[in-house]
Amino acid sequence: MTVITDALCPFCGCLCDDLTIVVEDNKITDVKQACKLGASKIMGHHRIKAPMMRKDKNSEFKEVSYEEAINEAANILSNSKRPLLYGWASAVCEVHKKGILLAEELGAIIDNTATVCHGPSTLAVHEKGLPSATLGQVKNRADVIVFWGSNPVHAHPRHMGRYSVFAKGLFSEKGRKGRKVVVVDVRKTDTANMADQFVQLEQGSDYLVISALRAILSGHADVVPESVGGVSKEQLSKLVDTLKTGKFVGIFFGMGLTQSKSRYKNIDNAISLVTELNAFTKCVITPMRGHYNVTGFGNVCAWETGFATAVDFARGAPYYNPGETAANDVLLRKETDAAMIIAGDAGAHFPADSVRHLAKIPVVQIDPYWNPTTEVANVVIPVAICGVEVEGTAYRMDGVSLRMRKMVEPTHLPDTEVLEKITERVKALRGE
Amino acid sequence: MELLIKNGSVYDPSNGINGDKADISIKDGKIVNEVSSKATVIDAGGRLVMAGGVDAHSHIAGAKVNVGRIMRPEDARSGISPRTKLTRPTTGYTVPNVYAMGYRYAQMGYTTVFEAAQAIMKARHTHEELEEIPIIDKGALTLFGSNWPTMDFVREKNMDKLAAYISWGLLASRGFGVKCVNPGGGEMWGFGKNVTGLDDVVPNFDVTPKDIIVSLMKANEMLGLPHSVHLHCNNLGKPGNYKTTLASMELANQVKASRNRQVLHVTHLLFNSMGGTNWGDFESKADEVANYLNNHDNVTGDMGQMIFGSATTMTADGPVQYANAKLLHAKWGNGDVELEDASGVVPLYYVKQVSVYAIMWATGLELGLLTKDPYKMLLTTDHPNGGPFVNYSEVIALLMSNKKRQEEIKTVHEAVHSKTRLPGIDRELDFSEIAIMTRAGTAKVLGLLDTKGHLGVGADADVSIYDIKPDQIDPSVEHAKIKSAFSSAAYTIKGGQVVVKDGQITATPMGRTYWVDARVPEEHTNEMMKDIVKKFKNYYSIQLANYMVQDEYLTHPKVIKAGAIPVEVS
Repeated sequence: MTVITDALCPFCGCLCDDLTIVVEDNKITDVKQACKLGASKIMGHHRIKAPMMRKDKNSEFKEVSYEEAINEAANILSNSKRPLLYGWASAVCEVHKKGILLAEELGAIIDNTATVCHGPSTLAVHEKGLPSATLGQVKNRADVIVFWGSNPVHAHPRHMGRYSVFAKGLFSEKGRKGRKVVVVDVRKTDTANMADQFVQLEQGSDYLVISALRAILSGHADVVPESVGGVSKEQLSKLVDTLKTGKFVGIFFGMGLTQSKSRYKNIDNAISLVTELNAFTKCVITPMRGHYNVTGFGNVCAWETGFATAVDFARGAPYYNPGETAANDVLLRKETDAAMIIAGDAGAHFPADSVRHLAKIPVVQIDPYWNPTTEVANVVIPVAICGVEVEGTAYRMDGVSLRMRKMVEPTHLPDTEVLEKITERVKALRGE
Repeated sequence: MELLIKNGSVYDPSNGINGDKADISIKDGKIVNEVSSKATVIDAGGRLVMAGGVDAHSHIAGAKVNVGRIMRPEDARSGISPRTKLTRPTTGYTVPNVYAMGYRYAQMGYTTVFEAAQAIMKARHTHEELEEIPIIDKGALTLFGSNWPTMDFVREKNMDKLAAYISWGLLASRGFGVKCVNPGGGEMWGFGKNVTGLDDVVPNFDVTPKDIIVSLMKANEMLGLPHSVHLHCNNLGKPGNYKTTLASMELANQVKASRNRQVLHVTHLLFNSMGGTNWGDFESKADEVANYLNNHDNVTGDMGQMIFGSATTMTADGPVQYANAKLLHAKWGNGDVELEDASGVVPLYYVKQVSVYAIMWATGLELGLLTKDPYKMLLTTDHPNGGPFVNYSEVIALLMSNKKRQEEIKTVHEAVHSKTRLPGIDRELDFSEIAIMTRAGTAKVLGLLDTKGHLGVGADADVSIYDIKPDQIDPSVEHAKIKSAFSSAAYTIKGGQVVVKDGQITATPMGRTYWVDARVPEEHTNEMMKDIVKKFKNYYSIQLANYMVQDEYLTHPKVIKAGAIPVEVS
């Protein structure tokens, strides 16, 4: 029996690094400290046993060798005029580097899961920047915590305990008792149930409500009507007071803000609010990133290509124009003629029309798990699980990078090796 | 592998060679006395030969740089070139991608560059990027100026623990030296406040910036680190701050150097040589700062020269960045790091016709020209704060030609006449002085003059050849040729390998990453670690076991040994 301490969790953007893992006979038998979501992933389920291929999407998969699957993947990609390499969020940075190299080789578009998640946040960062801080800064200092369109009780279960609501630090020794917790959401979530102030707004009115808060903050309460987005002016004024009088305000926002009406403009407005609040007090804002290393892909892609996501290598040099070069842009335009989906599940999370197009074109899936993308794949290459069977780098939602441990020996090839082999094969096919 | 560079007009000032016709022999990556007849010969044909350029202060890798990239796709869109058989694609001007960082430095004849600031907690990110910067040798300075352990040990006056913490922090971050940014201010920015001078008390920690600077210098010398404390002064970017700068420099008198170098390096002095009381009566005080340096031998500085056009300011000085963003209505990145420091990123555009910018431009050049000894004033642009490093050739041409300066002065705001002394300075630097400001001096300030910044036997075989014949050019008149030559080396040789020929990349070897392994007595480390363990148990949001940068992130390490106790020589 081996006990691994201080292990990292390969589930959500909290990237908890205090897990204890018990291993017996190369099998994980116990996971301590992790939340249910993390423990479930680490304990394993629905693994794809072996590489599989099928002639067309209506026929059954047949198990094949890695070599056959990799060769077929390389054939599909090198025959494609407009290949898309999508996913990446559930893989370590070492995989991203190999992926970007393959995209360069193919002249492909490379995009990650942020496109259906916090992609709009990146657009807002282009406009306004990102006044943020590490999570420990919030833990030690924050006396006001705001969750806007995010529901950590269910999506980031240990966030509140480790970093925000309950966390105790040098200037926050009282933990929960010393904090005001505000939740802004369209429905009364379980997180809202724990809040000191719950602001329930009408669906799609976030932008209006943020604008009203900014108006009140800047001394123009007179122009704000009695009710904005279903929120009374009195409640808005109270919220502004809470924010202004906090010593350190930490705002965490989720898909309720990024994927509702106005999308990136919501975040743009929220960042402006944060910047303006800093004239009164300290205030920082952090996106509640979903996958444990979606932040890592944005970082690797930025330092390698200059752009965080949605990079098109068709011209040989990186080209970035979300709206034109993001995964769903090329799928909805039916421009993509082959796709590789890796460490992300387009089948489950993309708009129906995008998935319909994926069902029509050759798709290579690289993933440890059977998921809806498998249903539209032609070639399926199972891989080792990053952060469980493979070590490597991941970036927490606040940009702190940590090294994930290997808990057990892999039963499948790692993503890096599969990508290297595909790249080699693509080069060979092109006579390089 | 052997290489012989023949007929060079060699400028190697630390070895007393100033334009002599000489040959350079290279074997196995080092400069040697002679090579065999089998050596590959490069005929320099009388052209200018210098050691590879060394940059002691440039923001090339890490969290701040990448925040700059993510904030600024508009910047990435300039400087785009596609991949070639040899090179990866490049993007960016002020915040280039990792490949462009390496290629462009090499194309300028630079072979060693130090990233100016990394928080320990984010050092893994710095090294991830450094690992992908091709060709050049590099390293990173580690921030210690607002760290809670630093301030605790300074308050306790426990120098043994402070030295042990620096030693451990350099190991944890694989850092090269001690960086101190707006000491105390980084902590105060955690609550949106700042210190206003050297004697302000940092709340909750009961120390002053002065205490922090002096203690860090003492600990630095106890450890005998190659480099001195590298200080970004308090009050950066504020009119009247030259007084704080001078007072900070005076603190160096309290400490004795452990090695043949300064005890304090004050960086990007352009931003700290400001007179006046507001932006209305703002003026240059470069003369006062240069005068101090001229009369003291224990302090060095670098210019942080401003380049007109686009810049991306990035610094651990969080409050100054908030002020910049507010003043300019610019986008604002903030990146405080728990228990360690602050940070901010703000893009801006330096315009010739804005008086403040014109004065700042002149201030940098005044620093370069009024400081008599070039070993005391290194050439930097504080990339990309003053401007991108690719403009070093512009700075060199300005320093070498009064004619060029006078031509430029005509194009900038007239305040440059009344608020600076630049128009009346006729000094023109020569090739030896430029070689010092970009090679020998930088290497000396970093404590690397044994192997870097010169061409003597035993030095690393890092050599640049520029397409100028020093005996046939008048830099004062032909400044355009000077600029052109220094922007694109005829040859850059890194570790004995030709990596650039006629400005084009010819090879992309991996450079090494320098870090300093400074030993202290084990009992000091043990005592210090008791405090660190408590910090992790109670305050950090990650585990101590996951904090230190692992070996995997330094595939080509170059370890420099130092320490308070005798260490084995490797």
